[in-house]
Order: sequence, then C-alpha cells, then structure tokens
Amino acid sequence: MRTSVQELIAKSKDKKSKKIIEKLIPVLLFLIASVSVLTTIGIVLTLIIETVTFFTRVPLSEFILGTTWLPFANSGAQFGIWPLIVGTLKITGIAIVVAVPIGISAAIYLSEYASDNVRRVVKPVLEVLAGVPTIVYGFFALTFVTPVLQSFFPEIKIFNAISPGIVVGIMIIPMIASLSEDAMSSVPKSIRDGALAMGSTKFEVAWKITVPAALSGIIASVVLGLSRAIGETMIVSLAAGSTPKFDGDFTGSIQTMTAYIVQVSKGDAGYGTTIYYSIYAVGFTLFLFTMAMNILAGYMSKRFREEY
Amino acid sequence: MRYIEQEKVVRRMNGRMVVNRVFQGLFMFATALALLALVILLYRIVSQGAGHLSLDFLTNFASRFPDQAGIKAALVGSIWLMAVVAPTSILLGVGSAIYLEEYAKKGRITTFIQMNISNLAGVPSVVFGLLGLTIFVRALALGNSILAAGFTMSLLILPVIIVAAQEAIRSVPGELRDASYGMGATKWQTIVRIILPAAIPGILTGSILALSRAIGETAPLIVVGIPVIIQFLPEGVMDTFTALPMQIYDWSSRPQAEFQTVAAAGIIVLMVVLLFMNSVAVFIRNKFDKSY
Repeated sequence: MRTSVQELIAKSKDKKSKKIIEKLIPVLLFLIASVSVLTTIGIVLTLIIETVTFFTRVPLSEFILGTTWLPFANSGAQFGIWPLIVGTLKITGIAIVVAVPIGISAAIYLSEYASDNVRRVVKPVLEVLAGVPTIVYGFFALTFVTPVLQSFFPEIKIFNAISPGIVVGIMIIPMIASLSEDAMSSVPKSIRDGALAMGSTKFEVAWKITVPAALSGIIASVVLGLSRAIGETMIVSLAAGSTPKFDGDFTGSIQTMTAYIVQVSKGDAGYGTTIYYSIYAVGFTLFLFTMAMNILAGYMSKRFREEY
Repeated sequence: MRYIEQEKVVRRMNGRMVVNRVFQGLFMFATALALLALVILLYRIVSQGAGHLSLDFLTNFASRFPDQAGIKAALVGSIWLMAVVAPTSILLGVGSAIYLEEYAKKGRITTFIQMNISNLAGVPSVVFGLLGLTIFVRALALGNSILAAGFTMSLLILPVIIVAAQEAIRSVPGELRDASYGMGATKWQTIVRIILPAAIPGILTGSILALSRAIGETAPLIVVGIPVIIQFLPEGVMDTFTALPMQIYDWSSRPQAEFQTVAAAGIIVLMVVLLFMNSVAVFIRNKFDKSY
C-alpha cells in the first residue's frame, strides 16, 4: 500500500519523542541564552558584595574623597581612590589626543578620498592592528616607545604616563577609524553628489556634509574608544609603573585602576585581607566608569542618529 | 538676476582647491601613520626576537637563564586553554544566538538580553578576571586550573560569538526556512538541518576570531591567579598551567635586557598562532561563503 506524503508527515508529527524534543529545545536554549544575563548579574553581584566587605573595613568617605592610595603600608594604610583615577585619566587623555585626530582623519580619508583598491588594502591592515594582543602593545611601549621618547626628552623615566598613553592611543585608532567610517559610509551618496554638483570640493563635502551627518556615530566611536582606554590593562601594567600619584606629572611612574588590580593579583595578596577586597572596590569603580561610557555611546548613536 | 557671482567664485576657487589638497594630504598622512605604527611594531618584534627562535625555544621549559628559556609549557597551556574555551564558548554562543533569532518573541525580554550582550562586550577584561576569581576559583573551588581560566575566558568572548552567530543565522534566506516548513519539517528539524548548515561558515569565522582574542588575553589570567613558572605539562583540565601571554608578560617585566629578546621571541610565536587562526577564518569565509 502506498502512503501519501501527507500521511507520512501526519505520522511523524504524532511521534511522542519528537513532540517532547520540540517542547524541550526552546527551554534549553533559553537557559543557554540566559548565561549572558547571568554573567552580568554575576559581575555586578560579585563586585558589590566584595566591595561592601571592603567598606566595612575602610570608610566609604576615605575611598571616594581620599587623595592618598597607600594600600601596602604596614601601619596606616590609606585607600583614597583619586590617585588611581588620576592615573587612569592621564593615560586616557593622552590616548584620546593621539587616537581621535588620526582615527577620524583615517575614517574621512577612507570614506571620502580613497579609491576602492586603497580601501581594500587599508581596512584589513587596520583590522590586524585591532587584533594585536595588548600584551604585545605593552612590550612595544616599554621597549621601543619609551626609549625613543627618552632620547628626545631625557627627563622621562623608564615608567611614565606618556609612552603607554601614546600606545593605548595607537591601540584604539582602528576602533575609532572603523566605527567612524561606518557612520560616514551610511550617509547617502545622493547628498554627497548634490554638494559636489553644486561645485563643492571633496574637503567641503567631507567637512560640511558627511562629518555633520555622521557626527553621532563619530562621537559614539570616540566614547567607545575612551571606554576601551579606561579599561586597558596590560599596556599600563608593563609601561606605566606602579606609583599611585595625585598630581599632574606625566614623566614619572604612575598607576591606573587596572594596573593596581594586576599588581595585587600578581603579588598573591592573601584571601580575606583588606588589600584583597580593595581590588573589588577598584574594579567596581572601573566598571562604573566604563559602563557610563558604553551607555553614553549607545545613547549618542541612537538619540542623534539622522535617518535617511 | 544672477544668483552666482562668477568672478567671486573664480577668485576663491584656487584657495578652495588648495585647502582641499592640503587636507587630503593630511588625511592620507594620518592613515599612513596608523599603518606605519603596525609596520614598526612588527619590524621591532621580529628583529628583536628572531635571533632567539629555535627548536629549543619551543621545546624548553621556562628558565632563570635567558638563553635556555623556552616556551613549551606556555604553548601547551594555551592549547589546553583553547580546548576548554572553544567548545564552551561556541556551545553557549550558538545556543544563545539560535534562541534569540529563532525562538525569542520580539519583546522586552529579548531587547533586554540583546542590550545586555552589547553592554557585556564593553566590560574590561580585567573585570571578567574578578568574576572568574570569585565564582570559578573560589566559590566553585576550581582553583587556578585550566577549567577555571577557560570558563572565565569563555564568558569574556561570549558576546562576540553570540553577535557573530546571530548575524550568520540572520543571513540565511527566509525561503529556505519556508521550503523546509513546507515539506513538513518541524522547527528544530529546520534549524538543525537547514539553518545551521547554511550558517556554519559565518559562525566558524566569528568564533575563530573570538578565540584568537582569547588566546592573546592576559589580564583575566593574572587576576584568576595563573602562575608563570611551570616546569611540567598539565595532564587534565583540573591541573594548573601557564599560557603564552602570561609567559610573555613575565619575560617583558624582567629587568635583564636579555629577557626582552626572549619576550620578543615569545611574541613571534603568539603572533604566528594568531596569524594561523586568522588565515583559517579568512579561508573558511572565502571558501564556504555562499551568497543567496
């Protein structure tokens, strides 16, 4: 007897095991998808719980108002976060000064001037630059950029803020360039052609048409770059030193929030000591900083996006 | 009436052309500067480290003496680490992506998960290290094992893999899906037999790129407490280990100048591994990329 396709399908649909699988799979996949949410919850809870323990030993006011970070002192250890924040801001500041002009210039060049052939070569190379591990950049800062800087400015010490700042800047160039370029490329060609037809030069098109239209995306890329610079760890751990300082000195050893966490982790501070808990308090501060930047970037690119 | 004053336009044209040329030069110069940075970086590392590269370097353990220092433990350790990270992160990443693209109803929860993923991607890696230290090393008592470090790294690259897998699944055309349903396939059958096979090149490419990020990450390993000086090879996932970037970090931070050469040699090994992984990713993308 020949069974029709319809009957086959009906028969297969009646199979119990199949029905159970079809019911179970979505549940299972939902559980898997919730891992990413659990990770966020885990990060926030971990940081909060251990930070609270830290604040049972060190007053909150000392942490957020204090300007001395002396965790390793035998007596009278002080935990004022500001020196670490200032160190982080020094690195971030230099990085932005390096990365923003170069990154945005490269983006303008790629989206407005470069031929397709040039773009096909340059974009993958920038991707390579983005894929270089940060430990490699750290090595580069310590063994190349610092000695080069020292040969021009002898007052610069082996560990300083300038060299790692510049290298963090180099590290975030590809990110700023490619995100800005994406924003500029999404400006419709018709608007550009209109301006060109009115006799604008390419520079005028870029400066008066493309950049203003893509501004939200460009700013978002810079803010994301900032966030990356704040969270960057290995470059500063290798090349910036480990001296938390609350001053405006760029030529000597400093310490950032991330570098402090690495210093303590490396030194194997005993579990349960105040120093152990302090890395969570610093980590939490770092988390708040980068979170604020990421939310700001998301808001910028949504709120001010021009729809064409 | 004339709207355009011809003479004024002509008079200003030269200046405008010059400005255009100058800025074109500046933009080009900036782009070249970024590329130059990469060239210098690679040149420095190769010229410093190439002399130390030898078969001995690959087969020796770490040593106090720079000329005997080798990368065996770190290389094997990194391979072990990947053996944990690859299955964990790809399983979690692809599972999440299938749920979000195929099952989840567009609504608040989905938007929330999606937003959460993009925020997670922006969390500094050192913070993931703190998570790993608390949850995997201490709470689950995995110690500074391959498993603890591997789980930490998996969570770190999870957002990247989810987004890549989502894009790959989304690019599978709807007609394939409809045809499958039309033939009486169930949803799960359609996903396993139609959608996943079509999306696998994209998923693999994205996953390999994410894994190449994990293999170069140092900060989470330091925070999780992975040691550097290891004179044996791990025999299971519960053993402790060291990894390429950890070893490079240790060599770079030593004061003796000779160890910088060793560090550069280590970096060459790491970069060759990365280059290999990236080539595989590009190969898969070019070989299996079907445009529908």
